Amino acid sequence: MNKHTFFEVVQLNKSFGGLKAVNQLHFDVKEKEIFSIIGPNGAGKSTVFNCINGLYQPEEGQIKFKGEELIGKRPDQIAQAGIARTFQNLELFAHMTTLDNILLGRHKSMKASILATVGLSFKRSKAAKEELEHRRKVEEIIDFLELEAARDQFVSNLPYGKQKLVELGRALALEPDLLLLDEPAAGLTQEEREDMIFWIKDIRDLLGITVILIEHNMQMVQNISDRILAINFGTQITIGTPEEVLNHPEVIKAYLGEDLPSTL
Amino acid sequence: MRNLKTTYFEDLQLFKDGVHLFWSAVLILALFTLPFFVKTYYLTILNLMAVNVIVALGLNLLVGNTGQISLGHAGFVAIGAYTTVLLLKLGVPFIFAFVAAGVVSALFGILLGIPSLKLEGPYLAIATLAFGLAVTTLIGRMDFLGGRMGMNVPKLQIKWMGLKYDHALYYIILSITIIAVIAMRNILRSRIGRAFQAIRDSDIAAAAIGIHLTRYKLYSFGLSALFAGAAGSLWALYLGFINPTLFSFILSINFLVIIVLGGLGSITGSILGAVVLTYLNLQLENVVDIPLLGAALYKFSEVFMTTTGIANVSWVLTGFILILVVLYEPLGLYGLWLRTKIFWKRWPF
Repeated sequence: MNKHTFFEVVQLNKSFGGLKAVNQLHFDVKEKEIFSIIGPNGAGKSTVFNCINGLYQPEEGQIKFKGEELIGKRPDQIAQAGIARTFQNLELFAHMTTLDNILLGRHKSMKASILATVGLSFKRSKAAKEELEHRRKVEEIIDFLELEAARDQFVSNLPYGKQKLVELGRALALEPDLLLLDEPAAGLTQEEREDMIFWIKDIRDLLGITVILIEHNMQMVQNISDRILAINFGTQITIGTPEEVLNHPEVIKAYLGEDLPSTL
Repeated sequence: MRNLKTTYFEDLQLFKDGVHLFWSAVLILALFTLPFFVKTYYLTILNLMAVNVIVALGLNLLVGNTGQISLGHAGFVAIGAYTTVLLLKLGVPFIFAFVAAGVVSALFGILLGIPSLKLEGPYLAIATLAFGLAVTTLIGRMDFLGGRMGMNVPKLQIKWMGLKYDHALYYIILSITIIAVIAMRNILRSRIGRAFQAIRDSDIAAAAIGIHLTRYKLYSFGLSALFAGAAGSLWALYLGFINPTLFSFILSINFLVIIVLGGLGSITGSILGAVVLTYLNLQLENVVDIPLLGAALYKFSEVFMTTTGIANVSWVLTGFILILVVLYEPLGLYGLWLRTKIFWKRWPF
């Protein structure tokens, strides 16, 4: 038997009432790949993420991560398995500081029980040692994303671009093997977007994390992706390299509409 | 001048600097020497304040930090009190009766936590309200718990260097309260406390980073009930007599008022709220003695604000204070404390 695929979605179906949000979707992602999913609004991109992440239960299909079936597992079990994600409309812990938000990303790697944490303020306690060890890891992430100035601020007081970075930092703190980024550049300025592109490349090149991303900015997608999957109405239009996909007539049609001359 | 931190541990230690340590030591020393200077009556008030602090710590963990709600915390206090008295009557030493009170209460807390997995907001409030009422009703029907008539609490055999009984009780309650505050502070700063707050702020994101929602909601209910049970145990001890009517619905509401007044999600808030509201509850009855205003308030509460026909001026005033807090200082007394601190830090600018 040859080695199983790193990540694989097999004939996935998910509908809400009569609406087929995801229809017979089928793709695989190779290890250390940056893989993009594109499609017009309402194409079912975020629904795919929510299925992978365990927030939705698809009706049919399989989602396999390192040979392990993910469907039927709870979101926290999927996080334990090594998949982290960010959200399209930010799901930060708004009443906590940047530091606490990213420390929460270490939660699953920490083991202290309730009883043990009672001793936290004593330097020699197990809980304090563990806390400090993970604090160091969090500081590395803060350093990596240049969030030092935001460390002790409540995230709700941070500008939008910084909030996006905190969410990325929290996902990185999980030390995942697979990172799902839902529109990481949406709402960012040109400069912030260029930084984001560097970071995503670094995440793959330096940290060796596989990335699946949903993005609307075609320039960014073209720049960053190894392969692209284009979907519309929950079904695959095409899959391939950026050049192939972005020049595909069906993709152009999905984005620009039927009767327009293709000037993309 | 700002002190700069040089190690990460400085974020974990109890006292952030020498000044903080000094004033904390002064406060604790003052509390421990107090019995030699004041009458027993004031010790009773301090005991009541301490017990309320412990319940408030637990309730604030559940409401302020985890974002759940409970209108039935008097039920946990009752369970703690009755467990203690029952065990003391069987001749079990107090220390074991006290631990058992916390554990039994925590088990009931976890039991009540189970509906919280499915219920939210007002529905959870109703479920917890029903729990609180059921506990006192059931206790009232159990003869071995003294029924509606209640039970006397056996006196402890304390012989510590000729210490008076009242003083000894005060020291026990004070020590346990200090331990409870430190324990809660450490739990909240740890991975466990952060997980609770994560659930409050976004349960979707909490699950997505690997927090087992079911388990942590039950932890929160269990811990919250553990504190309430421990407080109940101490309350029974210094009251000397318990009956079901002590643990009424009004008591549960009183606990909620304490944490809202003090500041949701803050330990300082729990302490300030419990101390201030306990004092107010005792003093507000005297408002009636104020000329004109007192009589007017009495009339108002008698006519409009009572179901039994007996005026309850103090409740009316408590309600009024609560409205002011919600309108002007949602962080409660803790918010006021923060503002004062910032004001002095920046003074004279």
